[in-house]
Amino acid sequence: MRHIGYILLYTVLAFVAVFQIFPIIWLVLFSLKSNQEIFAGNPFALPTDPKWDNYLKVFEGGVGTYFWNSVWITVVATGLTILIASMATYTITRMHWKFSSLVLGIIMIGLMIPIHSALIPLYNMFLNVHLIDNPLSIIITYTTYNLPITVMILLGFYTTIPREIEEAAIIDGSSIHRMFFQIILPLSAPILSTTVIINMIYNWNEFVFVNTFISSDAFKTLTVGIQNFIGQYMTDWGAIGATLVISVLPIIIAFLFFSEKIMEGITASAVKG
Amino acid sequence: MNKIMSNKWIIFLYTFPALFLIGVLIVVPLILSGYFGLMDWDGISAMEFIGLENYMVALQDAKFWESAFHSFLLALFSALSLILYLIVALILASKIKGANLLRKIYLIPMLLSSVAIAQLWIKVYNPTNGMLNSVLIFFGVENPPNWLADPDIALYAIFIPIIWQYAGFYILIYYAALKNIPQSLIEAAKIDGASPVQIAMKMKIPLIMNVIKVTIVLSVVGSLKYFDLIYVMTGGGPNGASEVMASYMYKLAFESYDFGYGSAIGFLLLIITLIVTIIIRKLTATKEEIQY
Repeated sequence: MRHIGYILLYTVLAFVAVFQIFPIIWLVLFSLKSNQEIFAGNPFALPTDPKWDNYLKVFEGGVGTYFWNSVWITVVATGLTILIASMATYTITRMHWKFSSLVLGIIMIGLMIPIHSALIPLYNMFLNVHLIDNPLSIIITYTTYNLPITVMILLGFYTTIPREIEEAAIIDGSSIHRMFFQIILPLSAPILSTTVIINMIYNWNEFVFVNTFISSDAFKTLTVGIQNFIGQYMTDWGAIGATLVISVLPIIIAFLFFSEKIMEGITASAVKG
Repeated sequence: MNKIMSNKWIIFLYTFPALFLIGVLIVVPLILSGYFGLMDWDGISAMEFIGLENYMVALQDAKFWESAFHSFLLALFSALSLILYLIVALILASKIKGANLLRKIYLIPMLLSSVAIAQLWIKVYNPTNGMLNSVLIFFGVENPPNWLADPDIALYAIFIPIIWQYAGFYILIYYAALKNIPQSLIEAAKIDGASPVQIAMKMKIPLIMNVIKVTIVLSVVGSLKYFDLIYVMTGGGPNGASEVMASYMYKLAFESYDFGYGSAIGFLLLIITLIVTIIIRKLTATKEEIQY
């Protein structure tokens, strides 16, 4: 009886796993097939003769530019967010001043609001300062909109740093700047790495800001770029599949290496809200 | 020590960048959205003040209410699907071998961009060559549905990839909360002869109620903001059958160039989101925190 119960439970879990993973496996399979094979054959069959040409075609079509834009914009915006969020979290949690909880409240507004409500005014602001179709608009928007979640993840860690560390540093004659950059930041490396990876995933996957603020192919990131591509390859399933695989592969690889960090960051960013 | 740690100049220097960016790029635009909503404006020529006209029009705009209804429907589905995620998490947290690997597998779709998910599911739903209909045809279904092109089905068809995307996220959160319950409590209940179902219903679920409440807020508020996936998958179609508030607002502004009216809809979206958040927080508020 107990045995049958467990078999049932494992069946449920296995069914969920199959549901979660199968569309992705199917995607990888058809990214290596020709249309003929996709349309005529068994959808879950391995490709008889893997068509790596699909990937080659997509790179020759210019997906590399989008990929590179995604990389550098993600890295720059993540770096800025982490630095600015760390500084703000430091003053809010460690320093003594009257308005710290008010400032924290203002920063946290960003967690509740729908970004679409701010979209038209943002577009208009960037238009007025000639930043439309300029990657700078994307970078500062990403930096800003990821601040609330980053501060939230950092908050818990910063409050647990022992006072004695700061006292010792001050007795040694350290300035606040030195204390922050040479003691606090290195000390918070584990939690910083969590925020880095969460920020990178968010930035890598962002769509609506790029779609609204950027019109030149030269500045588009992968999320918007693949939209173009897919329009272009309307009926070429293999090429579409290859484009999608290229766009999700970096995240999957990151997950293989940093799954614990990613899960920690996702849990922290959700539950404390 | 105290003097150094309350140095006003340092506090200003360290806090200003965050406050400035959030003020200029989040707070001000939200206020401006309400203000632009008072204008007749195509985004290019000068604005013309028309008072509350846009808001009055919105209240009578059947398309707006339809999109709001779709958003609420998605919010309802999302909240209900939490029950499924909770059941899976309860199973997963009950001494299952490979639980750690399974929750990682469950989480993978959550990491992909909504655009990639949308494009992948467009292919899954492809009426003739998609994964879903290939399987249905294999099992002898004669005329499998034309999922995304059928106005009666499109919204429900979109909800499946939404479940696919978020299942791992909620399972992960519930799993972490369940693993935090002290094992001694469960053991004591077992010795008293409680069945696994009783333990789940009477102990585990009440003990993680605070986390469940947070997830209800997250899923409902998140649903009201859905955009990327729907915009890419159907563009709100066919014929508005899957239009939601955010996609309606986006189309008004950036496809019809009705920036004034779009801003008004955007502002209403903000107000509705805030009201719903407050209502759900009130409904799920507890007088006393559960201690264990």
